[in-house]
Amino acid sequence: MATIESGTEIKIDVHGHHEHEHHHEESFISKYIFSQDHKMIARQFLITGVIWAFIGVLFSVMFRLQLAWPDESFPILETLLGKWAAGGKLAPNFYYALVTMHGTIMVFFVLTAGLSGTFSNLLIPLQIGARDMASPFLNMLSYWFFFLAGMIMLVSLFISTGPADGGWTAYPPLNALPQASSGSAFGMTLWLLSMAMFIVSSLLGGLNYITTILNMRTEGMTMMRLPLTIWAFFFTAVLGVLSFPVLLSGAILLLFDRHLGTSFYLSDIYIGGQPLTNAAGELLQGGSPILFQHLFWFLGHPEVYIVILPAMGMVSHVLATNSRKPIFGYSAMVMSILAITVLAFLVWAHHMFVSGLNPFIGSIFVLFTLLIAVPSAIKVFNWIGTIWRGNINFTPDTLFAIGFVSLFISGGLTGIYLGNSALDIPLHDTYFVVAHFHIVMGLAAGFGLFVGVYHWFPKLFNGRQMNNTMGYIHFWITFVGSYLIFWPMHYLGMTGVPRRYFQFSNFETFNVYGDLNVFISIAAIVVFFAQFVFLINFIYSALYGTKMKTLNPYLSNSLEWTTPIEPGHGNWPGAIPPVYRGPYEYGKNGTDFVPQHLPDNAIWPKDEKETKTELA
Amino acid sequence: MSTVTLKRTQRIHPKKFALWLGIGTVIMMFAGLTSAFIVRRAAGNWVEFELPPLFYFSTLVIGLSSIALFFAEKAYKANRHLQYRNLLGLTLVGGITFIILQYAAWMQLASYGILLRGNPSGSFVYVISGLHAAHVLGGVVLLGFFFVRAIPKPDPVQELLSEINPERSLGIEMLSVYWHFVGILWLYLLLFFTYYK
Repeated sequence: MATIESGTEIKIDVHGHHEHEHHHEESFISKYIFSQDHKMIARQFLITGVIWAFIGVLFSVMFRLQLAWPDESFPILETLLGKWAAGGKLAPNFYYALVTMHGTIMVFFVLTAGLSGTFSNLLIPLQIGARDMASPFLNMLSYWFFFLAGMIMLVSLFISTGPADGGWTAYPPLNALPQASSGSAFGMTLWLLSMAMFIVSSLLGGLNYITTILNMRTEGMTMMRLPLTIWAFFFTAVLGVLSFPVLLSGAILLLFDRHLGTSFYLSDIYIGGQPLTNAAGELLQGGSPILFQHLFWFLGHPEVYIVILPAMGMVSHVLATNSRKPIFGYSAMVMSILAITVLAFLVWAHHMFVSGLNPFIGSIFVLFTLLIAVPSAIKVFNWIGTIWRGNINFTPDTLFAIGFVSLFISGGLTGIYLGNSALDIPLHDTYFVVAHFHIVMGLAAGFGLFVGVYHWFPKLFNGRQMNNTMGYIHFWITFVGSYLIFWPMHYLGMTGVPRRYFQFSNFETFNVYGDLNVFISIAAIVVFFAQFVFLINFIYSALYGTKMKTLNPYLSNSLEWTTPIEPGHGNWPGAIPPVYRGPYEYGKNGTDFVPQHLPDNAIWPKDEKETKTELA
Repeated sequence: MSTVTLKRTQRIHPKKFALWLGIGTVIMMFAGLTSAFIVRRAAGNWVEFELPPLFYFSTLVIGLSSIALFFAEKAYKANRHLQYRNLLGLTLVGGITFIILQYAAWMQLASYGILLRGNPSGSFVYVISGLHAAHVLGGVVLLGFFFVRAIPKPDPVQELLSEINPERSLGIEMLSVYWHFVGILWLYLLLFFTYYK
């Protein structure tokens, strides 16, 4: 009886609900604001993410001004920041606030929500052949919790004591004691609340992504026929679901330390010779600041894979499609993502080599860290194998995908240095680390975001396409500029220039690199302005871009290109197409491509033009 | 289309699956907290104390409420709606009693001189059991919602429709999974606290 009941229920989900959506015009609020359509939620994530990206990158330009020209004054900074840049010179406290906000915004709001949130939402139902997510309502909540997190963070920028300024990692005791710095006062409380909202958002999203991928695939869509994008989103969600709750525990304990007088992370702190007490006048003792680092990095390290895996998946998909070749080693690609996911949970302490970690434990973490090089190298090899002798369409999305591979190699190689504790100890607090993680995680994932936007723009904005010329200008300035910003930082780091310093001009040793800092800052400013080319292209194309004339402009195999140019809620007007093959059958038996929904006995027209008209 | 429907019935319902994943996230959160407890305990400067006896009473209460919900679900499946409503009410009372007992246990603990602020050994017990109580509270709210829905409607047709609604049957199954989970979670936490004082 139970099976009949749930069977009927699913029938309602699949057909009744969908038809219902088509017959009634939705109101503005239910269509654009509290939408439960995964495509609209993807748009919301993307637009919010892009806005945050501009704020986050603007912050980095502000502190690059300080690093390059510490003695100059910039009246524009006073206009923008008010008392934090009195006389056009950045206040040292606010420099740290900018660095902290840049890190938080870029890692969580842009590269987690903006990248994974956007494309998981857009592509999971479209590529597996589902009407929507398993729970569209929770999916909507996921966006609104993200929005709330962003609003709390935005408010924290405007309070009188300023936003959190103790680093995006929020280490105690600095961030546990409101008296430690101005940003550690109310700003840090808001930071923690914002992160709690963000964690809820990520968990709701992640639960939905996993459930949808495992339970709602169309007929014939076996796991090994999934596009690699979906595999990447799947493991990203697994990482998030397993690691974000642990960060939440860490953050809750930090909130208790800050506001309720506990001392989970605090121990025997003396200020001016006086021991620090809680509100009740008791000594704060017995806590361990290292405990927070363990809890933080148990999320923090998987977090970098949460950021990079979706980019990897999209790059794999776009490289195969635009090289007109099957992906090189599909199952090796899947297995290497799995291996990265497992190893992601076994390496967190490599962020703590300089925190006083037992050297023996450190050596175990070195071993696991270096093991990650194996699946990473497999992926790089397979990407190169995929484009090798391919018939490559050098569209902006392909260029960004190739750029991603380049950045991933450059940044990954320095990871092998830093994974060794003996080398990490002298390099850890220098610009070498800044260069490493920006190239391998920040830029590479950012390029992944561009790959996704350029490639799936027609699916995001009603069949409109982005302008390619502007895409090329955007790509070349961003690609060359990125290397110009971060490559010199390796040299700064190798000579021992420490990160997190407000100003170097008082240090004879580091003073000599002033010109290099000027060079880096100029490159950063140029790259920042190049992003406006993207922004203009994005806004213009979303409103007035040329509409695609056929259903499948890239002659791609995956299911999202079988939906109408402007798909409604429910994605396919008729039945969901069943799937007969894997997603990367390009150049097989003399045919350019064989879409997944094409049965084996179908008569496949040889001529591409014929194909286009038939599909349209 | 009928073949599609048949194939899908063999899979677990997506919403139920999502619930199990959600339970996984709660497990990860408490695994994080209890491993923080172990790591911190190993570092020394750790005050040992006896758990308040009221914790054992609350364990009994949440255990009994789980049993009541188990039979409530059975009654619902067998269309014994009055019995279902009564057992559901019993579960609800059990859940509320559990939270009151936990509060009383914290008072008892405080009377021993073990406060929220102070040595982390005590703080951990307050924070972990408090977060658990928050999860129970979520379950209590849901139980209340289902209890209100179980009150018969005046219109017999409406009543029949709501009784055979598959959505509600699924909801009751999910509620029961969640409620048994928070009970088992508490049992784990109690054993953990007893073992690692």
